[in-house]
Amino acid sequence: MDINATLIGESIAFFFFVFFCMKKVWPPILHAIEARQQEIEKGLAASEQGEKDLELAREKATAQLKEAKTQAAEIIDQAKKRATQLVDEETKRGHEEREKIMAQGHTEIEAERNRAKEDLRKQVSALAVMGAEKILERQIDAAIHSDILDKLVTEL
Amino acid sequence: MSSPEELTSGAYISHHLTNWQVSIGDHWFMVLNVDTLLWSITLGIVFLASFRSVAKKSTVGVPGKFQCAVEMIVEFVNRSVKETFHGKNDLIGPLALTIFMWILLMNMMDWVPVDWIGKIAEFIGGFMGVDPSHVYMKPVPTTDLNLTFALAFGVFFLIIFYSIKIKGVGGFIKELTTQPFGHPLLYPVNFVLETVTLLARPLSLALRLFGNLYAGELIFILIAMMGLFQLPIHFMWAVFHLLVIPLQAFIFMMLTIVYLSLAHEDH
Repeated sequence: MDINATLIGESIAFFFFVFFCMKKVWPPILHAIEARQQEIEKGLAASEQGEKDLELAREKATAQLKEAKTQAAEIIDQAKKRATQLVDEETKRGHEEREKIMAQGHTEIEAERNRAKEDLRKQVSALAVMGAEKILERQIDAAIHSDILDKLVTEL
Repeated sequence: MSSPEELTSGAYISHHLTNWQVSIGDHWFMVLNVDTLLWSITLGIVFLASFRSVAKKSTVGVPGKFQCAVEMIVEFVNRSVKETFHGKNDLIGPLALTIFMWILLMNMMDWVPVDWIGKIAEFIGGFMGVDPSHVYMKPVPTTDLNLTFALAFGVFFLIIFYSIKIKGVGGFIKELTTQPFGHPLLYPVNFVLETVTLLARPLSLALRLFGNLYAGELIFILIAMMGLFQLPIHFMWAVFHLLVIPLQAFIFMMLTIVYLSLAHEDH
């Protein structure tokens, strides 16, 4: 345990080791540690932000869903109203159409009947004239007595 | 201990506490403790190589298990530095890490049972034609004063270097002379007091580490001579060193940081 030249050898070794550690060992390891710390910090912040965003999005989605539901209900309501309205309108129009068609039919029938009546009258008057001709046999002039005949026709 | 009958317990202990020394000159100083150099430099390279391998492929992404362990140590040292040292200095972090890891690894050699490495060395020495009783191998480098003083002087050199760099030569001398007494007549007294304080720092760093580990190793050697009873006692002493080994490494590192932060303080 006496002091000797080993002291110098160990001193040289010590300084060389410290120098090597300072140049080649310490900086890269510490750099990696610090970079990773930053990365973790960033990651944590990002995850927190993500959680917040998710919460926000969820709230937004719920609000939108609610709105959509009310809108849908409104639309359905409107559609129902419109449908009843349409049905009512159509029913009304149908009724009107029927009335119109029926009225038309009635007038046509009336007109037909009048024409038939006219025909009948004419034929009856002709028959009456023919009968009168046959009864009178002679001197009766159709042209002279036509006013009497017309009067007869209107009376029919 | 090739032939236990020939060795007394005193010889056994001194054999275990003697360094493998190689003379490189005529002067008494020109001697190298080869075992201290071998183990300390090997462990230093183990530390640097393992940490360098992590540093080379360190990723910002998910780290592997070994990277995690290394990063935990680096983070621990970095936190210790940041809590104590408030200036900006690129050296102090790596310095603290090197001191902590190197001393920790060297102290951990204490856990290797005292005869294992010695026996292997004796076997290799015998194989190479050396008398096994003359093969010395002390595998715990921190039980060698040369190593602890080398570390302490390194730190001391940095204390002086940064004191002068931050405060200037004048500021450093002023710091040594104008405290703690304000009167100019007492400046020489101040100088003596402050110089003793300054010199006590490396001395206490070196002797604390050496004393703790040397005593621990000595007890391990004593326990190794106890026969069968050594097993539980050795276990207990090793468990106790679970505390001593990292604590001494931590104290050395922490005091280095404190001394250097004091050197950076400008009054």
